[in-house]
Amino acid sequence: MSILIDKQTKVICQGFTGKQGTFHAKHALDYGTKLLAGVTPNRGGSEHLGLPVFDTVKQAYEVTQADASVIYVPPFYAADAILEAVDAGIKLIVCITEGIPVLQMLSVKAVLKNSESLLIGPNCPGIITPDECKIGIMPANIHQAGEIGIVSRSGTLTYEAVHQTTQQGLGQSTCVGIGGDPIHGMTFIDVLKRFQADPKTKGIIMVGEIGGSEEEEAADYIKQSVTKPVVAYITGLTAPAGKRMGHAGAIVTGGKGTASSKVDSLKAAGVEVVSSPSMMGAAMKQQLSVK
Amino acid sequence: MNIHEFQAKQLFKEYQIPVPVSLVAKTADEAFAAAHALNANSWAVKAQVHAGGRGKVGGVKIAKTADECRLYAAEMLQTQLITKQTGNEGLPINEVLIEATSVIKREFYLSLLIDRHQECLCFIASAMGGTDIEAVAEQSPEKIISIPIHSAAGLQPFHCRQVASILGIKGKQIDGLYAVMMGMLQLFLSHDASQIEINPLVEIEDGSLLALDAKINFDDNALALQPDITALQDPRQEDANENTAKQFDLNYITLEGNIACMVNGAGLAMATMDLIKLKGGSPANFLDVGGGTSVEKVKEAFKIISADKHVKAVLVNIFGGIVQCDIIAEGILTALKQIETNLPIIVRLEGTHATEGRQLLEDAKVDNIISVNDLDKAAEQIVRLAGAST
Repeated sequence: MSILIDKQTKVICQGFTGKQGTFHAKHALDYGTKLLAGVTPNRGGSEHLGLPVFDTVKQAYEVTQADASVIYVPPFYAADAILEAVDAGIKLIVCITEGIPVLQMLSVKAVLKNSESLLIGPNCPGIITPDECKIGIMPANIHQAGEIGIVSRSGTLTYEAVHQTTQQGLGQSTCVGIGGDPIHGMTFIDVLKRFQADPKTKGIIMVGEIGGSEEEEAADYIKQSVTKPVVAYITGLTAPAGKRMGHAGAIVTGGKGTASSKVDSLKAAGVEVVSSPSMMGAAMKQQLSVK
Repeated sequence: MNIHEFQAKQLFKEYQIPVPVSLVAKTADEAFAAAHALNANSWAVKAQVHAGGRGKVGGVKIAKTADECRLYAAEMLQTQLITKQTGNEGLPINEVLIEATSVIKREFYLSLLIDRHQECLCFIASAMGGTDIEAVAEQSPEKIISIPIHSAAGLQPFHCRQVASILGIKGKQIDGLYAVMMGMLQLFLSHDASQIEINPLVEIEDGSLLALDAKINFDDNALALQPDITALQDPRQEDANENTAKQFDLNYITLEGNIACMVNGAGLAMATMDLIKLKGGSPANFLDVGGGTSVEKVKEAFKIISADKHVKAVLVNIFGGIVQCDIIAEGILTALKQIETNLPIIVRLEGTHATEGRQLLEDAKVDNIISVNDLDKAAEQIVRLAGAST
C-alpha cells in the first residue's frame, strides 16, 4: 500500500514535448511509471518518446483513462493547464511549475473546490511511491520502498529526508512535495490524513517552513487524529521578517507565519521537532524503536 | 516588488481613490516651487523610501511656509533614512513628496491582501488608523475586521456596509467608502498586486475620505505580465548584491552575519542558515543557486558572496537531485581560478554524483577548500573558522 499513487496509476504528461517534460518523462518511464501519453497543443497526432501526443487533455483522457497528469509547462500557461486537467476529469494533478502568478492560482483553487480533482503543487518536486510510480523531478536513486511517509513544502529538504530514511533502512511508503507557493493544492492535513489511514506507513516526517499557518493547523490535526509517530523539521528560524525566502510562500508578515510559532504548535501536539535537518532520519528510527 | 508612495498615489488616482494634491521634488528648489504650486496653508514633506515607519524618524515633516518646505527637503534629500523596517544602513532619499495637508477628523486603516488560509482576497479594516496595525492586531484583535471577497461574486455593497459599521461611517459617506474599496479591488486585480494598504485613510472636514498614505506590493511572479508596473522599479531602494544576483537568476538575500552560504533549493538554503545559527554562527546571506545550475552560475554566485566584506568563511551545501554535484565542484574550482580569495570554503556534497564531485575537489588540491560529508560537522567547522578569522 501507499497513498495517492501506485504501480497501477496511469499517468499523462502536459508539456510533454518541452525540454523539462521530455527530460523528466524519460526518467519516469525508466523508473517504471505507467506514463501512457502526452499533451502538447498543436502537436496532436505525433509521437514522442514512443508515446502518443494529443492536442488536449480531454483527448488524452478519452484514450488512456489516465488517473493522473503531471504538468511541466511554463508559469504563464500553467494555470490554464491545471484547469484543463480539472475539466477533463483527471483525479490527481501534479504541477511542478514554479512562478505562477498568485491571482491565477486563486482562480484555479476556486474551480478545484467544486471538482473531484486533487492538486499537488505547484512549485513542488511531485510525488513518488518508491519502486512503483514516480511523478515529478525527484532523483530516483535515493529512494527505497519502505514505511515512512514524507510530506514537505521544500524540494531539497524532501530529498534530505528521503536520503536519511533510506540510510536508516526505513525506506519510504510515499513522498509528497506539497510545494512552496502561498496558494497551492493539497495541504499538510490532506496528506497526513492519508498517511494515517495507510497501513504501510508506520511513521511520518513533515518538513515545514515560515509563512502561512498550515503547520499550525496540521499540529491541531495531529493532536486529534494522528496516532503514528511524527517527526517534523521547520526551516526559517533565522529568516528576516518581510523578506521572501526563495519560495513565494516563505515569508513572515506582520509577526505571522514565524518558524517558532510552528515549532511550538507541533511540539504541543506531541510531535518531535528536530533542530537540524540532518536529524530527521535518526529521530524517526528512534521513535519507531521506542514504539 | 515595492513602489514609492508617490507612484502608488498616482495609481490610486487612476482608480478613483481620492488622494491629497501633491507634487514630487528631487531638489530643495523643486520642493519650494511645489509648495507654491500647491495652494495650501501647510504642506507635508515626505521622504520617498521603500519602507514604513518614516514619521517616527523624521521622514515626514509638516512645513508652514514654502521656505520651510525647501529647508526640510534639503535636510532629507540625498541622505539615508533609517526606520525600523530598513536595517542599519537605511535607504536613500532621492525624492520627497510635497503634499497639501488637510484637517483630519478621524483616521482609519484599510488594506486589501491575499488571505492564504481562506484562499481569496480579503479587506482588513480598523477604526484604529494611523497606528501600527500589527500592534492593534496583537493587543485588541476585536478592533480589526476581515472581509473575504469571493472570487466569483466580487465586491458587494454588504461588504462595504460591514466595513462602514466598524469604522463608524454612515449615510452618504458609505458611497465614498464603496468607491475606495472598488478602486482598490480593481487596481489589485488589474495589476497583480499582492497587497494594497491605506494607513491612514482619513475623514476630512467636509466628511469625505482621503488616502493619506499609500503602499502597494506586487506579485513578483506576475511582473513579466505588468510592464507598466515593472517600469516603476527603483533599484536604488534595493540591495546592490540582490540586484546583481537577480540578473543571473540567483535567489539571494543579504543578511548581517559573516558566514556566506551557497545552497541548492530554497528550503535547504534556509535550513543551512538556521543550522549555522544553531551552531553559534551568523549567516551573511540566503543564496539558492536553483535547479538548473551551470558552472557559470556557480561562478557568479561566488563573486557575489565573496564581494561582501563581512564574510569570513563560505559554506557550500548541495544536495544533488537534478543538480549534479560534480558540476557544482567544477563551478567552484573555475570560480576560484578567476576570483582570488583566501576565504576558507567548506563544501558539503551529497546526492547525485557526490563521490565524483568530492574526488574533483580532492584532486584539485586547493588549500582553502575543505570537503566535509556530514552536514552538522560542516556547520560546526564553518562557525569555528569564521570565529577564528575575525
